[in-house]
Amino acid sequence: MTRRPWLRGLRARLLVAFVLVTVLGAVAAVWSSAGSAGGALVTSYQRQVTRTIGDQIGAIAPQLTYPPDQGALDRLRATVGANALVVYGDLRSADGVDTGLITDELRLAVRTGDRLVTQRTVVDGEPWLLVGTPVMITASDGTRTPSGIEVYAVRDLTGVEREIDGLTRSAITTAAWALPLSGLAALLAAGSVLRPVRELRDTAGRLAAGDLDARSPPQGADELAELTVTVNEMAESVQTSMAEMERMRADARRFAADVSHELRTPLSTLTAVVEVLADTTDGMEPDARESARMAITETHRLVRLVEDLMEVSRFDAGTARLRVEEADAVGAVRDSLRARGWWDRVELVAPEEVPARLDRRRLDVVVANLVGNALRHGEPPVRVHVSALPEQVRIAVTDSGPGLPEHVVPHVFDRFYKADAARTRTPGSGLGLAIALENARLHGGDLTAENTDHGARFVLRLPRDPEEPGDPEER
Amino acid sequence: MAAILLIEDDALVRRGLELALHRHGHDVRTADTGEAGLREFQAFEPDLVVLDLMLPGMDGFAVCRRIRASGEVPVIMLTARGDDFDVVGGLEAGADDYVVKPAKPTVLDARIRAVLRRGTGTRDGVRVHRDLRIDTAALMVSLHGEPVRLTPTELRLLLTLSRASGRVFSRQQLLEEVWEQSYIGDSRLVDNCVQRLRAKIEADPAAPEYVQTVRGFGYRFGPV
Repeated sequence: MTRRPWLRGLRARLLVAFVLVTVLGAVAAVWSSAGSAGGALVTSYQRQVTRTIGDQIGAIAPQLTYPPDQGALDRLRATVGANALVVYGDLRSADGVDTGLITDELRLAVRTGDRLVTQRTVVDGEPWLLVGTPVMITASDGTRTPSGIEVYAVRDLTGVEREIDGLTRSAITTAAWALPLSGLAALLAAGSVLRPVRELRDTAGRLAAGDLDARSPPQGADELAELTVTVNEMAESVQTSMAEMERMRADARRFAADVSHELRTPLSTLTAVVEVLADTTDGMEPDARESARMAITETHRLVRLVEDLMEVSRFDAGTARLRVEEADAVGAVRDSLRARGWWDRVELVAPEEVPARLDRRRLDVVVANLVGNALRHGEPPVRVHVSALPEQVRIAVTDSGPGLPEHVVPHVFDRFYKADAARTRTPGSGLGLAIALENARLHGGDLTAENTDHGARFVLRLPRDPEEPGDPEER
Repeated sequence: MAAILLIEDDALVRRGLELALHRHGHDVRTADTGEAGLREFQAFEPDLVVLDLMLPGMDGFAVCRRIRASGEVPVIMLTARGDDFDVVGGLEAGADDYVVKPAKPTVLDARIRAVLRRGTGTRDGVRVHRDLRIDTAALMVSLHGEPVRLTPTELRLLLTLSRASGRVFSRQQLLEEVWEQSYIGDSRLVDNCVQRLRAKIEADPAAPEYVQTVRGFGYRFGPV
């Protein structure tokens, strides 16, 4: 579409259409009314002239002698008025007039007919009315015979034309007045159509933005009202489906939370007794010892899985709380590595300190997860790079292994996502990176995964001064 | 070796922890409800109580408040992991420390021993700060000549802070020294304990003289 935008608007199109219709209508009206009014004017003038001349001739005709002489013709002409000509055979009245106006066609019609003939003509742009009539002799028995006298009169039609022009002009003026009125009417009509359309558009926008309570009140009973009703029904059904879906998701989340909660009690028992068991495996038969050790290992794995599940449930339920405190991000990372005995296996590149407001426990969870993954799946050297940006702390964990397979990168933070089937028996729960990402987001930060030229890199970005709901730390 | 009262409603968890703690050398008595636990508490006079917060009938918070009201016997709570409501409620009820379930007996044992260890560092005699008298040898504290009864944790916190009057301790440092939590402790333990200590030794706990807050960093003793 290369049309100008304003022409695409409904309002502009309606306006143009209204104005066009008005102009065409006005032109047609002016044309036809001026034409018929002009015709009527000419006809009535013509009738008047005809009647006058007929009456004048009728008044003087009985006094005429036949055959008439020059004097009679002159008298007759004087009666009819200026711009007239009376002809009898070769005789014609004096005080001639511009007989050039009188056409042969008219003369023939008068000479052969027995009635008054009119003709309109235009000479040098001036409109003229030509009237010609034979003078009839009425015998005593009532029969009429032509006397041979022909009377011609020429009447100027300019006045009538001027009147017609005036009529046309006033019609055009009226039409011109109608134009802005029609524009106004177009705007009003456009408004009455556009208001519900605009309301619908706003409602659709709010729906699209996620406000499923958005509705438009339908007005009137036209097509737009029907459309509004349909849109409302659509919103209703979307809302119902969304609510149903949300309920199902909440159920699923609650189920996961309940399951992990229920698992905790038996796991508490198991955790307590496997330590006792571990102390006594030395005296067992080999098979029994192996079984006991498997039970111990798997119990710890199960504990870890349930703990991670419960952590995820807290994020899902929105009950995970950030507890920030003034801390040194570098020190926190260093503590995290030391606490797990990774200090010698990881290269820490960092400034002296990076003060920030952090939830140390959550930062520890993220760092432990990223570095743990790098040590398990990547190759040494594993490098942790802490840097201070004006508003953020950036912590990058890089390994020198084969990197993440390209098809894994988009899913690396998915829950229980396994990069390949052979790796299903890693010590992780499959939730570690998902939890790390949630922890980053809880800080108002982010966690991303990518491949470098020689390994995988995870980058954690945390705001140095996150917003928090209330500060329970300082009292 | 300590006399420990374990209050836990689930029979198998109770028995499992009893077995494990016994192997760590503790003398363990058990109770399955809060009411039974309080009766046992009177009869047995344990050194320490390990208390599950989720109990039928009288809940763990109420039990903890009753134990705290009757003396200075320390309480370690068993809570759901990171369940803030439990942790905050339990600490406000006067618990000294908490361990999340499922609790590893070695971790629980380490906490028990930390809470029960009263004196730390040098026993350098008597420290007197205005009206407060701290006898680091006899582990006695008195205010205006009247003895102040402190729990082991409160005493240890006061001893640690008053060891270097005017020095600022971060919450993390205090967690390491007083609670012996080597790593990522819950700083709310410190804040709650400071509040309880202030209630006992400060004339106006809202405007403390002895244990002062250093905003954004931690706490310091005095200077008085």
